[in-house]
Amino acid sequence: MRIELERRPEVSRLYSILSPFIALALTIFFGGIMFLLLGKDPVSALYSFFIEPLMEVWSLHELAIKAAPLILIAVGLSVCYRSNNWNIGAEGQFIMGAIAGSILPVVFYEWHSPLVLPLMMLLGMLGGALFAGIPAFLKAHLNTNEILSSLMLVYVAQLFLDWLVRGPWRNPGGMNFPETRTFDPITILPEMITSGRAHWGFGFAIIAAVLIWFMMRYTLKGFEITVLGQSERAGRFAGFSSRKMIWFSMLLSGALAGLAGIAEVSGAIQQLRPVISPGYGFTAIIVAFLGRLNPLGIVVAGLVLALTYLGGEAVQVSLQISDKPIKVFQGMLLFFVLSCDTLIHYKIRMMWFDLSDKPVGEVR
Amino acid sequence: MPAEGESANSPLLAVGNLTKLFGAFAACNGIDLDIRAGEIHALLGENGAGKSTLVKMLFGVLSPSSGQILWQGQPVQISSPSAARKLGIGMVFQHFSLFEALTVAENIALSMDPGVSLSRIAKEASDLSHAYGLPLDPNAHVADLSVGERQRIEIVRALLQNPKLIILDEPTSVLTPQEADRLFETLGKLKAEGRSVLYISHRLEEVQRICDRATVLRHGKVTGACDPRKETPSSLARMMVGSDVAHVSAEGTNTKGAIKLEARHLSAGARTPFAVSLKNICLKVHAGEVLAIAGVAGNGQGELFDALSGEYPVESDDVIRIADKPVGTRGINTRRLMGAGFVPEERHGHAAVSALSLSDNLVLARSQSDRRAFLGGGVLGLIRQDAVKMAAKRISEAMDVRKSGENPAAGSLSGGNLQKFIVGRELDRQPSVLVVNQPTWGVDAGAASRIRQALVDLAKSGSAVLVISQDLDEIFEVATEIAVISEGKLSDIYPASELSREKIGLLMGGMYGKTGTAETAHAH
Repeated sequence: MRIELERRPEVSRLYSILSPFIALALTIFFGGIMFLLLGKDPVSALYSFFIEPLMEVWSLHELAIKAAPLILIAVGLSVCYRSNNWNIGAEGQFIMGAIAGSILPVVFYEWHSPLVLPLMMLLGMLGGALFAGIPAFLKAHLNTNEILSSLMLVYVAQLFLDWLVRGPWRNPGGMNFPETRTFDPITILPEMITSGRAHWGFGFAIIAAVLIWFMMRYTLKGFEITVLGQSERAGRFAGFSSRKMIWFSMLLSGALAGLAGIAEVSGAIQQLRPVISPGYGFTAIIVAFLGRLNPLGIVVAGLVLALTYLGGEAVQVSLQISDKPIKVFQGMLLFFVLSCDTLIHYKIRMMWFDLSDKPVGEVR
Repeated sequence: MPAEGESANSPLLAVGNLTKLFGAFAACNGIDLDIRAGEIHALLGENGAGKSTLVKMLFGVLSPSSGQILWQGQPVQISSPSAARKLGIGMVFQHFSLFEALTVAENIALSMDPGVSLSRIAKEASDLSHAYGLPLDPNAHVADLSVGERQRIEIVRALLQNPKLIILDEPTSVLTPQEADRLFETLGKLKAEGRSVLYISHRLEEVQRICDRATVLRHGKVTGACDPRKETPSSLARMMVGSDVAHVSAEGTNTKGAIKLEARHLSAGARTPFAVSLKNICLKVHAGEVLAIAGVAGNGQGELFDALSGEYPVESDDVIRIADKPVGTRGINTRRLMGAGFVPEERHGHAAVSALSLSDNLVLARSQSDRRAFLGGGVLGLIRQDAVKMAAKRISEAMDVRKSGENPAAGSLSGGNLQKFIVGRELDRQPSVLVVNQPTWGVDAGAASRIRQALVDLAKSGSAVLVISQDLDEIFEVATEIAVISEGKLSDIYPASELSREKIGLLMGGMYGKTGTAETAHAH
């Protein structure tokens, strides 16, 4: 017997809309079984997971704070992935953006001006872009694999941040804790609305998503990205340069990751610490694909994934369980979403062979 | 079946009512076919007629949706290529599956049962190849071999299994006329030994020359079973196409105008280890001319196209001139803006992106040359979808592109219709220079004659047309001048009326420098 994935002649529109909901239903069903096996009440578990975080204003703000970096990074990554450049190092670009943007509030902490905040954001973008420029240069000119080089640079960025906050940038009045001085209020990204903590990072994310969506949908640049991602040879025939596209997509995604970094530090943490990201740069890869590499889809996917993080924390508190089942649950959600998406495009065929049919039945 | 000499022997292989469905589409629809021992049986049909699907079922690559296969009278299920080989069916594919970095013997060993020593395989392969008149050096690296020699490896590999039936898929499409003759001798030997051959082709002359019986397919159905020697080429063509094929007429004004495209001592290094380098190529195409470049695949045609189109610009400006302006270092869009149009060989992933719509594929080739019509919004570069769609519709109508829906994905069109669109995309601009690589490769006869006529008409209207092709029939239909490319070198350019097939065959083998004097002596 062998199993074949056969491409469907036509993709059903109905099912491609229904697919995320079917995936959600399957996750709830199998997740419920898992909570039942753990001896917990599945209904209350699922309630704390999906509903509770949406019922309170403050937790909606938390949702926006968590979703902002995911969306911002994933939107940049979608341009990379659409153009067949596999930037896996957004986590490092996020950190380098945060460091570059923090030069002003940490080193030049005495400079108070309304210009500081916009400059910090620009420096953040620059830092992220320059750091993404390293794998871009290596790929464009030395034909290096950007998956490896961008991923390895994540560890460089993490250790560089660690060294900075323990060494040169440590807060002189901070009792030797590995932290920088806290940011001056004028360098802190303001809240979007007065009802809660959510800062302008979420606004940046939505603006970036809309702009990139517009570019992909209506402009020649977006067309160039799509063509080069589908076939480099066809792109060359069109007169597009895949080398320039490496630079463009990597610098763009690096800049957005850097912006996410400085927005997170300036808006939420308000100082640099050895660890400033719970893995936003990696989770954003998942967000990008969950959103089917469409910037508007990524907004939804970013919110859903942020919800599973908040919900996961809520379940841990309310049911008194460890984070392991929560990770399993999140994994289930991803598994069902991706497999439902696959089954829209392909159908599974089992090929049975009659083994008793001696002359030809043997299959090597 | 109304074939002659039916009673002689029972069929080796009989296929009854065989059907293969892809979704709702029947690639093969109730096929009946029988092959007797010791005959060469032709399977004729246009591209997309279902020939490949049928033989893939016979060789166990695809499994039939319904119907049965009888092998020596016994019903069988052929579940995999190795099962087919065990039965005694060997196959030589159109596209070779060889590793270029390995030797001949190593490539053969890969398809054999493990446990046989390499030296024994080398010896057997060498003996067998000489016995059948297909000499091969088992220790040669495949990368160094010609296409004809590579095909021999595939044939020897099939013969080593001692098959009763050998399936050959379009074997002569990559061979020079002389190489093809040698292949036909080998097929004659196989037949004399009582083996059967299923010979897939769309070349009618070959089929008439070597085949005992023919089965003709069209749209997945058998439309004829005959003795090809008793048919005329036009009657066979009618069975294949279903109607008479329009004849391309190259007659008309043949006044030479100014030089529109020129290469002066063009040389270019190979970009990859297995690519061909171009050596000192000189050519001129005048307005009103169709220069056809013949040659066996893999002799630098793709590299020549890349250099002329500017996809891979060359190092010096002066070696390529369009409309008498040096453009060697310029990119493809600069050349397009000077009035040149280009049609590459590979449709999917080069001339077109399969997943994108036809209108997007129009933007692909003309985003800069038609910037004013197709783009708006200044620096933003917004694509004017309505203008592009109108133009795509105009092209589809002009070239009679048959498609499902208003603006379908390029990949959903048949090869012939997509090629008509790709050629029409350039013709729509009335280019003063058109460079086309393999214009009708894998295209059905109706579309091919449409495209060839369009190329001839473009030249008549005063443009310079350069056609790179492996198909000699095509070359003689469209060309006013002919040159031959071999190992990256271009022969002299001859007027089409002065060249015979035999001479082209010699040129294809790279014989020009050496036998130049002998040929001129022969010609006069």
